[in-house]
Amino acid sequence: MISNLINSKLFTLLKVQYSNMLEYRVEIALWAISGIIPFFMLNIWTNNNLNESINISDVMLSRYFLCAFFVRQFSVVWVVFSFEEDSLMGKVSPYLIQPLNPFFRYFAQHLAEQITRFPFALIIAFFFFIFNPESIWIPNLGILFLSIVSTFLSFLIQFLIQSIVACLCFWTERASSIERLLFIPTLFLSGLLAPVVSFPTYIKSWIYLTPFPYLIDFPANLLSGNETNISGGLTMQILWIFLLFPLFKKIWSEGTKKYTAMGS
Amino acid sequence: MNLEKYLKVYKQFLHTSLASELEYKTNILVDLITAILSLIGSIFLLSIFFQNNGSIGGWEFEQALIIQGIYTILNGITNTWFNPNLTEIVKHIREGTLDFVLLKPIDSQFFISLKKINPSGFLEIILGICLLLFCIRINEINLNISFLTLTLITITCSISILYSLWFFISTTTIWFVKTWNATEVLRSFLYIGRFPLNSFSFSLRIFFSVFIPIAFITTIPSEVFLGLSQLWKIFLEVIVATVFLITSRNFWLFALKFYSSASS
Repeated sequence: MISNLINSKLFTLLKVQYSNMLEYRVEIALWAISGIIPFFMLNIWTNNNLNESINISDVMLSRYFLCAFFVRQFSVVWVVFSFEEDSLMGKVSPYLIQPLNPFFRYFAQHLAEQITRFPFALIIAFFFFIFNPESIWIPNLGILFLSIVSTFLSFLIQFLIQSIVACLCFWTERASSIERLLFIPTLFLSGLLAPVVSFPTYIKSWIYLTPFPYLIDFPANLLSGNETNISGGLTMQILWIFLLFPLFKKIWSEGTKKYTAMGS
Repeated sequence: MNLEKYLKVYKQFLHTSLASELEYKTNILVDLITAILSLIGSIFLLSIFFQNNGSIGGWEFEQALIIQGIYTILNGITNTWFNPNLTEIVKHIREGTLDFVLLKPIDSQFFISLKKINPSGFLEIILGICLLLFCIRINEINLNISFLTLTLITITCSISILYSLWFFISTTTIWFVKTWNATEVLRSFLYIGRFPLNSFSFSLRIFFSVFIPIAFITTIPSEVFLGLSQLWKIFLEVIVATVFLITSRNFWLFALKFYSSASS
């Protein structure tokens, strides 16, 4: 009964946000285009034959970067920026009165945006295949399913991390600068610019304990058919979610206690 | 007389925006760490590219560091002046406050391009200059007046091109209202400026010299820095910069004809 209620709430939120996102198609298309950095990186890698030293063929590497592009498209999170704006503008107060955690609203926003983004990502992939016809491949259904799951888990990890940062808005007014700080290791260590296998050993020895390689490198390897430890990767992703979720709940309850509405 | 007035106004701009930014002191500290980490990250990425290769696109590691240095300085300038001001244009147009800017007895382009300043970008500029000084040592470049003037000329041209690109995109807001994301697309393209142009394939090289002149922004100044550049390239850069500046100015004046204030 209760779960039914939550479901219908989430469904309504999703519907509202989806029609909202559809209003801004051009904007979302531009977002999708701004994610093409992996392709430029691919160009550097293959044009200078850098991949020979890490034993990945041109085709596998181009599939890897295409998958990295896809995983990134469907795991982009910006909740901290929305929340910061809402809390500065005082919009959080009415949300707090509602019998629904406001983060559900942001969550639905992100999901709706991903649905809107999907066709644009497909178009970009289509152009990619026109230029690189040899890299076309069809992953089998099981792998496809697993990589969708792991992309979603990667999205969840990032959403939780950013929500924790967003809750810092209750204490400081500009939490987004902390997010920008966290974005730097995400950018360089997640595998968006270079696959983690190419990293020097002194980094590889500890990087698999951090959440970063599971954000892009792991799902992209899985989908592109490069070698990866499937069960280990999924376990680590779930472990990180179990670690981050209580932290988020804690900081949320502390933060809402601390929160004072404008003018109080 | 006129110049004096503008200088006086600019002093006031500096004063007000510094005062408001310095309200967030921890924010500046976080931004400092972000800038340092970001530089470390991109040098790390470069070192991955060079770990099994002596040179990329004809550039050695020590030489490629110069590009990083120049990119960091330019990025700092973007973060200090271009980014805070030009994102403001979008806000002005959406909220109709551009009317107030246009009514002021001062050039509107001057006002919207220089109103705000974000001091945390200074740190990046300083970091970039430090890296360049380090590069002068490891590349054994001897300093003389012609070297310094040529470097200054090319970097000034790069700044002008960069400014024009940003301003050009922000101006399109007058028609499209929401171009916040277009600047994000530009940002992701500019990311390429961290790497020597020769490391890309031929078609991308053409794209990045003709459509988005990233070649002119970082590669030519770096070549000048190494004493490798031919005189015609420097001339070309000066011409391109002038054309960009004039075009962006005219485009702004043209766009203003289409501006109808809010509710009209």
